[in-house]
Amino acid sequence: MRKVAIYGKGGIGKSTTTQNTVAALAEMGKKVMVVGCDPKADSTRLLLNGLAQKTVLDTLREEGEDVELEDIRMEGFGNTLCTESGGPEPGVGCAGRGIITSINLLEQLGAYHEDEQLDYVFYDVLGDVVCGGFAMPIREGKAQEIYIVCSGEMMAMYAANNICKGIRKFAEAGGVRLGGLICNSRKVDNEAEMIDEFAKRLGSQMIHFVPRDNDVQRAEIRKMTVIDWNSTCAQADEYRMLARQVDDNDQFVIPEPLSIEELESLLLDFGVLEAAAA
Amino acid sequence: MSESSTTSDMVLGGDASVTAAVVREELLRDYPAKTKKKREKQIVINDKQHGDDGSLQLPVVAANSRTVPGIISQRGCCYAGCKGVILGPTRDIVNIVHGPIGCSFYSWLTRRNQTHTPTDEHDNFMTYCFSTDMTEENIIFGGEKRLRQAIQEAYDLFHPKAIAVFSTCPVGLIGDDVHQISAEMKKQLGINVFAFSCEGYKGVSQSAGHHIANNQIFKHVIGEDDTQRSKWSINLLGEYNIGGDAFVIEDLLERCGIELVSTFSGNSTYDQFANAHMARLNTVMCHRSINYVADMIEKKYGTPWIKVNFIGANATAKSLRKIAEYFDDRQLTENVERVIGEEFPAVVEAQRKYRPRCTGKRAVLFVGGSRAHHYQELFSELGMETIAAGYEFAHRDDYEGRQVLPSIKIDADSRNIEELRVDADQDKFRESDRQQGIQREKQGYTLREYDGMMAEMKDQTLIIDDISHSEAERLIKMVRPDVFCAGIKEKYSVQKMGVPCKQLHNYDYGGPYAGFAGAINFYEEIDRMVNARIWSRVQPPWENGTPAADAISPLPISMEEPEESTNP
Repeated sequence: MRKVAIYGKGGIGKSTTTQNTVAALAEMGKKVMVVGCDPKADSTRLLLNGLAQKTVLDTLREEGEDVELEDIRMEGFGNTLCTESGGPEPGVGCAGRGIITSINLLEQLGAYHEDEQLDYVFYDVLGDVVCGGFAMPIREGKAQEIYIVCSGEMMAMYAANNICKGIRKFAEAGGVRLGGLICNSRKVDNEAEMIDEFAKRLGSQMIHFVPRDNDVQRAEIRKMTVIDWNSTCAQADEYRMLARQVDDNDQFVIPEPLSIEELESLLLDFGVLEAAAA
Repeated sequence: MSESSTTSDMVLGGDASVTAAVVREELLRDYPAKTKKKREKQIVINDKQHGDDGSLQLPVVAANSRTVPGIISQRGCCYAGCKGVILGPTRDIVNIVHGPIGCSFYSWLTRRNQTHTPTDEHDNFMTYCFSTDMTEENIIFGGEKRLRQAIQEAYDLFHPKAIAVFSTCPVGLIGDDVHQISAEMKKQLGINVFAFSCEGYKGVSQSAGHHIANNQIFKHVIGEDDTQRSKWSINLLGEYNIGGDAFVIEDLLERCGIELVSTFSGNSTYDQFANAHMARLNTVMCHRSINYVADMIEKKYGTPWIKVNFIGANATAKSLRKIAEYFDDRQLTENVERVIGEEFPAVVEAQRKYRPRCTGKRAVLFVGGSRAHHYQELFSELGMETIAAGYEFAHRDDYEGRQVLPSIKIDADSRNIEELRVDADQDKFRESDRQQGIQREKQGYTLREYDGMMAEMKDQTLIIDDISHSEAERLIKMVRPDVFCAGIKEKYSVQKMGVPCKQLHNYDYGGPYAGFAGAINFYEEIDRMVNARIWSRVQPPWENGTPAADAISPLPISMEEPEESTNP
């Protein structure tokens, strides 16, 4: 079983990319479980064709100690297993602690047990790694490989670089490695080249460049992954490609985060290149 | 106290070579460079120099700064200072701890602060333990709902005059808005409800918690009740009624005809706090925990303040006379002299009995924010010398005197604690009281004065702020004091080394030690401890010749047989 965590700047398209990739893996016959680690509990909406009714933490709160795996796990597109950690309303409590509690509970309930015959577990984690709780999926050997979703926008790259710092910290102690960057295009100039270079400087790779396509939005409105909505469209093939790349990936590294100066000069180089071209 | 004439080589104990400088060097010897640099500023020799104008120059003590991680410190936390020390001794406020149950349970009735209700019908919640019992679910989803529920429940059960809410560490981390909820519940229930952001991790010691507690009492309670008080009315600030000290002081004041409006906070009630601004004079006992409240009351209401000390028979007499002198009334002065006259013969009798048995014995005191100073009075009345002392959580002014206040550097830790801005109250400010203070000062009377511990200690004694466990051990080995005054955390490690330890936080089930009767109790107790032969029979387990024992044993320890007891 491969345990994968998806990180990236808030709003970059982690949940969308994760679910579309998972749908493609499921289509390939892989048995996949998705664990949403966002208090909003919307990481499995496209696979379930709607929001999960009960999160782990809600169930824990209502049922007390007597929680069964079936209470918190739902089957989605292509026999994927979907779980949402859930968490507090915005502005109250501690979402990070919630994720820690939730992941521990899933482990205790045997969600990752051999009997489940899982090929993949995907952790879809909220935005930046703001506190210890959000680092939980990469701690203590929970997730072994990480993909960072980013774009050619500066703040997305900045966030990706920061996440690499976090990975490095845990990589040295545990077994977690960076599998690559997924570029979810925002149609920034020279985007593919820049992210490719950025990934190389991190010691990693751009595992796939996902072009911007409104079909993603069209499918999302219908609470579906692209493959589920229209399996023959071009964007569906992009996600199939990404899924294959992930499945075949053998490049797992401890990233070398860039200094702020390096990161800024990278942006400047590609920005200046563009200015010269124009 | 007079200064030693042989200034540079005052002997602390052991043999003649054990001077303060030698001990200091040994305490600092094994620290890593950075720690040593810091502790060097906190372990100082009381080198008293006189300026050309005759003024006393004292060395600087780098007090009130962070304990180095890894050092076993005596200090407590901010929450302990707020909930346990300041609000603990008030009987009729329901104190709800917002946090996990352990924070409540382990702070429940631990201070031996006593109280007397006038009748059984009066509220006394001190024996109760109120907690929101936060569990993991409340951490994740927030504990505000649970807090609201707890306040309601406490109200329904007890209908108290006021409810106070104390924040523990997790509350600060998850950001429950305890102040907003308290304000809402105050409106809803029609009683005073207020909260403290006294999370344990704040500040460098419990001193932060005292400050936070006092600020909130000042903001939310003082000034609520304008009932007039008599011309000889005072507040006693910074007295916490450990072992019944407040009862003794209350009795003395009453017999003198001095009206005690409120005590902060020994044997106190909500109504006393609410009415405190109507007293004509504030007297400050523990300077550390509450001098800023005296300042704020003076600014807002005009009440002058003086420093007093009711620990020690002479200090008690002096304090009573100082209060009488302030009010400048023949009748009051006569009352005070009469009471002193009634009390003193028993004190003299006790001194005659115990002083010869204790004279020349040596004490060290490492406790509190004023106790390490005040109790030196009692030891000196017994003819004993304090050779080393230090506070757990005091600030520079408590060591060096209030004149250093303007030169105290405000660091980030202090800035983290709310500092109230206070202006004169348009309606309640009493100009007459202010004028009274000004007039007394013109006549040479000193207000707002505190010279600190070091001015009263002998020259070349040792000052150790925030003493660590290892420093305490080394100190004991080198100077073999006859009594070590500290708290429960130190007590048994000290006693295992064959030195009696007197707890000055909770008095070891003894007390009261305040006033004249208290002084007699203390003489008796100290005589019992320093003249007990049992201590020479103690062989610490680490002195069985193990290599570890040798490694930490810098000097040979002489375990002298004490003199035969003269008691039958």
